[in-house]
Amino acid sequence: MSVTAERPTLAVWKFASCDGCQLEVLSLADRLLTLTERIDVAFFLEASGSRAEGPYDLSLVEGSVTTPDDARRIREIRAQSKTLVTIGACATSGGIQALRNFADIDAFTSIVYARPDYIDTLAKSTGIADHVTVDFELRGCPISITQLTEVVTAFLDGRRPSVAPSSVCGECKRRGTVCVMVAHGTPCLGPITQAGCGALCPAYDRGCYGCFGPAETANAASLMDWWGDVLGVDAGSRVRMLRTFNANAPEFRDESRRQDEQVDHDTP
Amino acid sequence: MTHPDGWSRTLSVEALARVEGEGAMTVRVHEGQVTDVQLRIYEPPRFFEALLRGRDWTEPPDITARICGICPIAYQMSACQALEDACGATIDEPLQALRRLLYCGEWISSHVLHVYLLHAPDFLGYDSAIEMARDHRAVVERGLRLREAGTDLLTLIGGRESHPVNVRVGGFYRTPTRRELHTLRGQLERARDDALETVRWTAGFDFPDFTQDVVMVALSEPDRYAIERGRLVSTAGLDIPVAEFSNHVTERHAPHSNALHAELDGGTTFAVGPLARFALNYDRLSPVAREAAEAAGVGPDCRNPFQSIVVRSVETLYAIDEALRLLDDYERPSRPFVPIEPRAATGHGCTEAPRGILYHRYTIAADGLLTDAVIVPPTSQNQRSIEEDLADFVQARVTLPDDELQWACEQAIRNYDPCISCATHFLDLTVERS
Repeated sequence: MSVTAERPTLAVWKFASCDGCQLEVLSLADRLLTLTERIDVAFFLEASGSRAEGPYDLSLVEGSVTTPDDARRIREIRAQSKTLVTIGACATSGGIQALRNFADIDAFTSIVYARPDYIDTLAKSTGIADHVTVDFELRGCPISITQLTEVVTAFLDGRRPSVAPSSVCGECKRRGTVCVMVAHGTPCLGPITQAGCGALCPAYDRGCYGCFGPAETANAASLMDWWGDVLGVDAGSRVRMLRTFNANAPEFRDESRRQDEQVDHDTP
Repeated sequence: MTHPDGWSRTLSVEALARVEGEGAMTVRVHEGQVTDVQLRIYEPPRFFEALLRGRDWTEPPDITARICGICPIAYQMSACQALEDACGATIDEPLQALRRLLYCGEWISSHVLHVYLLHAPDFLGYDSAIEMARDHRAVVERGLRLREAGTDLLTLIGGRESHPVNVRVGGFYRTPTRRELHTLRGQLERARDDALETVRWTAGFDFPDFTQDVVMVALSEPDRYAIERGRLVSTAGLDIPVAEFSNHVTERHAPHSNALHAELDGGTTFAVGPLARFALNYDRLSPVAREAAEAAGVGPDCRNPFQSIVVRSVETLYAIDEALRLLDDYERPSRPFVPIEPRAATGHGCTEAPRGILYHRYTIAADGLLTDAVIVPPTSQNQRSIEEDLADFVQARVTLPDDELQWACEQAIRNYDPCISCATHFLDLTVERS
């Protein structure tokens, strides 16, 4: 691909992940072939075999850091990137693979592999911001294409992305969805989860499972107490609900530890 | 279950590592002879089978979807089937039909992504679809339009195209109304025409003269093209229920890879995916798909992995045709899901992911928590076949310069659609010539 000086360059990087967020980037390029008229795709292995050298104006990073080599690689990428944006729950909080952070990594390795000695892995899965400075974090498992479009457009226009840190509850209200927790007693993480998905799960008659991570000023302790006292959700389930795709996000992680201490009391 | 000799020893290799992801390849040539080919998957391990232990029996559909952002429905469907098998549940036929319709959406979106955005640029000499679009804009736009027919189906039934939220053990959280589903009808009809064009387009590509004689394994049903259920059959005469999968397929951990290599019945290399399905189920394609295949010159005897792009195009056409049939037959099910009680048991599930069979096995304890999980993805089943393909393929082209050889090898690996990140130019080819 020819690189002209006027157009900013885009690089997309992958760490431990499912590729789902990169797929959203690809969909973005899909739907807007015109996007490639405003930005040069310099490095995006999922889409192209051509690899332009850095530095890059905008780097989008998918995935979490789980190996010593990746911890080194992200520092190189940071050095090559003027603006670095993380995309998705893995890059932002460590992803589902951060469940290892609550377990013994050697036991994990030997459950999966016959020859654990072939495997090189870190004991914890961590988000990108634990390793380098991040300019903006885009949430979601996977990210929302609407928010991704906003982030890329804001970058091209030289402004801060407008992405609300408020909770899913506001989106349910705007969508006109009846509250599944109040009306049906369905446990829902919506009150403490950041908006962005469009309040998808309640619209499909299920509770939010927190794939966009904690909302700003989330009061996880209060919601968990309410789940236990009013909805009768046992402590083990409360821990599991907090420990999914954003298990290592501080607000979810700390509350899940507090709930974990109650598991023994809860067992009949 | 009865096990052949040595089964327990092999079973200790109880797992999958990473499924799809980053990889590299090394080819060793000594005095003009290919001595070794290694496809190295260095995607970091994410330990799904370990982290599933202790989780609630209802959680695998959402958790295992995160193994692959390209084929989450395959993971959700195999997981549901295994858990329902463990609990002895039978799913209402209208709910099964809706699952098949949802799965058609994933076949369409995944196949079209691979055909247009990943594989076709190889045949036409471009680095990417973005570059290809400069010269063939209308063609790429047809691909994007076609893919959208799949993603819109996924979004309507599942909530979103990647990691859909509407699938649960027993069925769905909410079933769509007939009116909602029928908003997709016109789009699917246009997509059927685009898919027919796609078959004609890919059939016109130049294919390297190359065939591989390998045992092929797929699901099979008596009266239709198997997608979301079936018995396991092979071109070598295997015919077993899904529950016997691990009696016949074993996994081995090779030092060069974070994925486990699968073998059939004590060491036979086998292949799964579109060519395997074609070989075993061709006569159960719909008439329109079969006619298109015949016109394109691909049939059940197709053994050229490079022609998989044509077969994928025919399967796309089939999935659209089948989606239209299911849509026409659809009446909103009487209930969104079958209520199921967990019990202490082990269950098996296997469905046809776009890239081949995906097996799940779970053991549930009396308290409803999982004590064991095994997932065998298509990519690990194909890994040995890819390596053997490459060895034969390189041997016949061993005099080519490195850059041409690399291009050919990358294309050969993409024949298997290993997954998006490894499928696209992941290849860091090393040719050691001594």
